[in-house]
Amino acid sequence: MQTADRRPTDLETSGPASASDYRRWFLRGVRASVSVPLLILMSAFVGFAGLAREAGISLGEAVFMTGIVWALPAKVVLIGAIMTGASLPAAAFAVALTSVRLTPMVVSIVPELRAPGTRPVVLYLLSHFVAVTSWVLAMEHMRAVPRPMRTAWYCGLGGALVLVNMVVVAVVYSVAGSLPPTLSAALLMLTPLYFLTSLWGSARESASHLAMAFGLVLGPLFHVLTPGFDLMAAGVVGGTAAYLLHRVGRRGRRRGGEGAA
Amino acid sequence: MSFAAFDVWWWPYAFILAAGWLATDGFRFLGVYFGGRIADDSEALVAVRALATALVAAVIGNLVVFPSGSLAEAPVAMRLFSVAAGFAGYLVLRRSVLAGILTGEAVLLAGLYLIGFGT
Repeated sequence: MQTADRRPTDLETSGPASASDYRRWFLRGVRASVSVPLLILMSAFVGFAGLAREAGISLGEAVFMTGIVWALPAKVVLIGAIMTGASLPAAAFAVALTSVRLTPMVVSIVPELRAPGTRPVVLYLLSHFVAVTSWVLAMEHMRAVPRPMRTAWYCGLGGALVLVNMVVVAVVYSVAGSLPPTLSAALLMLTPLYFLTSLWGSARESASHLAMAFGLVLGPLFHVLTPGFDLMAAGVVGGTAAYLLHRVGRRGRRRGGEGAA
Repeated sequence: MSFAAFDVWWWPYAFILAAGWLATDGFRFLGVYFGGRIADDSEALVAVRALATALVAAVIGNLVVFPSGSLAEAPVAMRLFSVAAGFAGYLVLRRSVLAGILTGEAVLLAGLYLIGFGT
């Protein structure tokens, strides 16, 4: 990537960084956002805009949600909850459950971002940009950024990702109503396809793969059995079952040696 | 107190702030607060990840089986087949998310064209 051009900067060796250094690295962060992951993310937000429109959410609300929540699974679950008419506490609980995973992501990025003397408030503000795509890009490229410039660089990267996708949502939302039915159907298929593939790819352990399979089947099942409570029921039942099976499988492997599972 | 509970302009925004922003940035802030004190592979986190994955997967399942808008007019078998094709494409084509999305969309559009959808 562009940020990898590691001309020896004077930052590491000499005196205090100037405002122009910050500006330069901020812009390099912006440039680093132009990438294949951004392209994939944009296609996901195209789908999100179509979904938000179908859910009866206004353009302003959809763009606001994009900027303020940012993590896409949290937004898709929030819209799912809105569509089923869930109450505020139920919706918040479902969103919180998908966002717990952000904590370990932030935990792992903070030591990379922080330089001696970085104020905590800067880290709290920058943590808002943490979601899968910016995290992946940062972990990939941040080592090539001089430590005192990393907060400026990540601000450029994260800010650019959020802004571009707010624009994508606004534009797609505006034209989605005038699409022919075939394209409109294809637009609404983007979100399931994106999550089905990216969720599978980001799963680290068998528990997550099992949980995905259970959730896919249990979601529609509970939609019929317990309408209004379907997401929570599927999440809790599917997730718990997947976790327990994962533990049983691991214990079996341990007892039986390799290949027993 | 649902999203449509009050007919004032600010209520949806308040709902998004409380149910969306607070519940999301709260966990980000917690991560900054903890710094480097949580192990990424701790048992509790594996369990939480499993719950969250099942929850998001449940939303995906519902979006395919009980979709809204014009996707609802497409036969359910065609929707399921397109998604399965997209996932197969993803697995076969070097686990590329982009390839999976394109395969699934191509199959859906071809199917819709064959049944004369929307004409």
